[in-house]
Amino acid sequence: MDLLRFITAGSVDDGKSTLIGRLLYDSKSILADQLEALEKQSKNREDGEIDLALLTDGLRAEREQGITIDVAYKYFSTPKRKFIIADAPGHIQYTRNMVTGASNANLIIILVDARNGVVEQTRRHSIIASLLNIPHVVVAINKMDLVDYSQDRYNNIVIDYAEVARTLGLKDVTYLPISALKGDNIVERSTAISWYDGPALLDVLENIEIDHDIDLRRGRLSVQYVIRPQTEELHDYRGYAGKIASGTYKKGETVTVLPSGQTSRIRSIEVGGAAVQEAFAPQSVILQLEDDIDISRGDLLVSGEELPRVEQEFDVLLCWMDSKTLAPGNKYLVQLGSRTVRGMVKEIEYKLDVNTLEKLPAPEQAGLNDIVKATIRTASPLPFDRYADLPVGGGAILIDETSYVTVGACMVQ
Amino acid sequence: MSKENNYRLDYLDQLESEAIHILREVAGQFERPALLFSGGKDSITLVHLALKAFRPGKFPFPLVHIDTGHNFPEALEFRDALAERIGEKLIVRRVEDTIRQRQLTEPVGKFASRNALQTFTLLDTIEEFHFDACIGGARRDEEKARAKERIFSVRDEFGGWDPKRQRPELWNIYNGRIRKGENVRAFPISNWTELDIWNYIRREKIDLPSIYFAHDREVIDFQGQWVAVSPFIRLDATDQVQKVRVRYRTVGDMTCTAAVESSAAVIDDIIREITATRTSERGETRIDDRVSEAAMEDRKKNGYF
Repeated sequence: MDLLRFITAGSVDDGKSTLIGRLLYDSKSILADQLEALEKQSKNREDGEIDLALLTDGLRAEREQGITIDVAYKYFSTPKRKFIIADAPGHIQYTRNMVTGASNANLIIILVDARNGVVEQTRRHSIIASLLNIPHVVVAINKMDLVDYSQDRYNNIVIDYAEVARTLGLKDVTYLPISALKGDNIVERSTAISWYDGPALLDVLENIEIDHDIDLRRGRLSVQYVIRPQTEELHDYRGYAGKIASGTYKKGETVTVLPSGQTSRIRSIEVGGAAVQEAFAPQSVILQLEDDIDISRGDLLVSGEELPRVEQEFDVLLCWMDSKTLAPGNKYLVQLGSRTVRGMVKEIEYKLDVNTLEKLPAPEQAGLNDIVKATIRTASPLPFDRYADLPVGGGAILIDETSYVTVGACMVQ
Repeated sequence: MSKENNYRLDYLDQLESEAIHILREVAGQFERPALLFSGGKDSITLVHLALKAFRPGKFPFPLVHIDTGHNFPEALEFRDALAERIGEKLIVRRVEDTIRQRQLTEPVGKFASRNALQTFTLLDTIEEFHFDACIGGARRDEEKARAKERIFSVRDEFGGWDPKRQRPELWNIYNGRIRKGENVRAFPISNWTELDIWNYIRREKIDLPSIYFAHDREVIDFQGQWVAVSPFIRLDATDQVQKVRVRYRTVGDMTCTAAVESSAAVIDDIIREITATRTSERGETRIDDRVSEAAMEDRKKNGYF
């Protein structure tokens, strides 16, 4: 049994919450007392049927106002897979929330209202999916019941979306017709959509191949913590603890320490206290090296074919996430993996229109939910990969130096 | 079989690795962290994960237990034996003492729960030891308000949680920087469900207090929930004390945790029962969450764990 993380994207009325509610409900992940609470609330709202959308509303503040504040996580599992759903709401802060939810996703479900087809929001969600490099896209054409389960309608939307996917270079796209409200093609194949002979949504989620999503060629391990027992029998023990972000590490293999550039060979590898010959992403390990070199938290231990770049100046696509604006010249802390350095946003080259991919003239300041191309200069050299090549090596956050709030997400270009 | 198949991690291994990563981030980013230990299965799992994260070294934090005085004796014995066995430091602070020192008013009623008073002791303990991060075993599947909480959850100086001011958490980068007076609650098993915990406990052969397994106990029936007879609850004339074979699905205070009828003697039985049950963990066993839809949300805003 493995683990799939996915995000659902759709605008407010696309039936996103109903879809998630339906997945949880039909896969029997909703329990009696939760259902009872749901029934009670549905009654309060004075509209007969159980409102599955209520399942994803978390806080009282949200329920009262009928909005969702932030990303919520939901869980369900089948005998084949455990699923983690990042549910990002569809209102103004959407870009920020969706980028957050998408950053860890293996897959995105993009909901399209069959009545409206591919609209501006569909493009925006797809653009964000491509910027964040989500490996798998499922286009769920929803509310088929409201277009009389029309095959023509469905086919036209598929043709329209295929063009979006082509422009954005989305590789693995699956289409299916559904009705979240009626439960068509969610857990069970729909009898109402006789012309569709593909799998139901849950089937797709259970079977989509995700083994190749992890890069095994390029080893990246950011040292989180140095373990030094300093006891009698472990006097010389110096273990570098971290989670392998990508690649494999073998006993005896040479690793490069960045940014210093020193090299050594792996003396031992431990996973959960047991010595192993080889470890791989995404395991958490302790490495000991042959040579006594200076390594501390934030250093990158690299194995495999390609070294990351190590530079003090680089370009990023930057999603701004704070209500304070970003102006060129502002200084921030830049955190990539476990390394944090001081940095400055030198200049903004352009602003990206997330609905059209158009490059708009650089604004004087970037605001909440803007995505801009910018140049960052750091106080000391930072090892990184291009996000598009190796996302685990090229995603960084910006932290405000005075409030310490996370204000931006960077994808290194 | 292709080469890739040798490099595939089971979901429990992935959850374990994520939790270890979070524990090490806490160790790497904070000066004075602590692990909040209750003696329940989730915090016992956390200790097991911490052993994997930091051995052969010592834990970079003490275990801290906020003792309400209403705990199950079996859980307390287990707590002391575990700390002893792994040789890590255990700090215990008692709600009893806070009540006296701060002249707090004890709640009254049939199930007079000190659950809300715990927060005072916790905040005092954080201040006493200058803890800047507290690791806890909360899971997002437990409750609606939990589902929205970040893995590094920044709290103000009153321990308060403001859901509207949470930091976005991207990739697996955790921002633990805080201003003076603030502190962080870190939740390494956020993404685990109740069933994941039990499957992990089974796989790793983790010891649990005996009350998690079926045993005979004197209980009363309170609105369909079995509540253990103890000095901490008030028996009324109408209460009928019965001996029932039960186990605990969660372990909180004796005043606010209900037992479930069960004959599950081993973990496999428990997993079978949980898979078959149609009631959620908190719904079945927590008297304190029944108060209102938003009970947990309100407690968290006030500094609750």
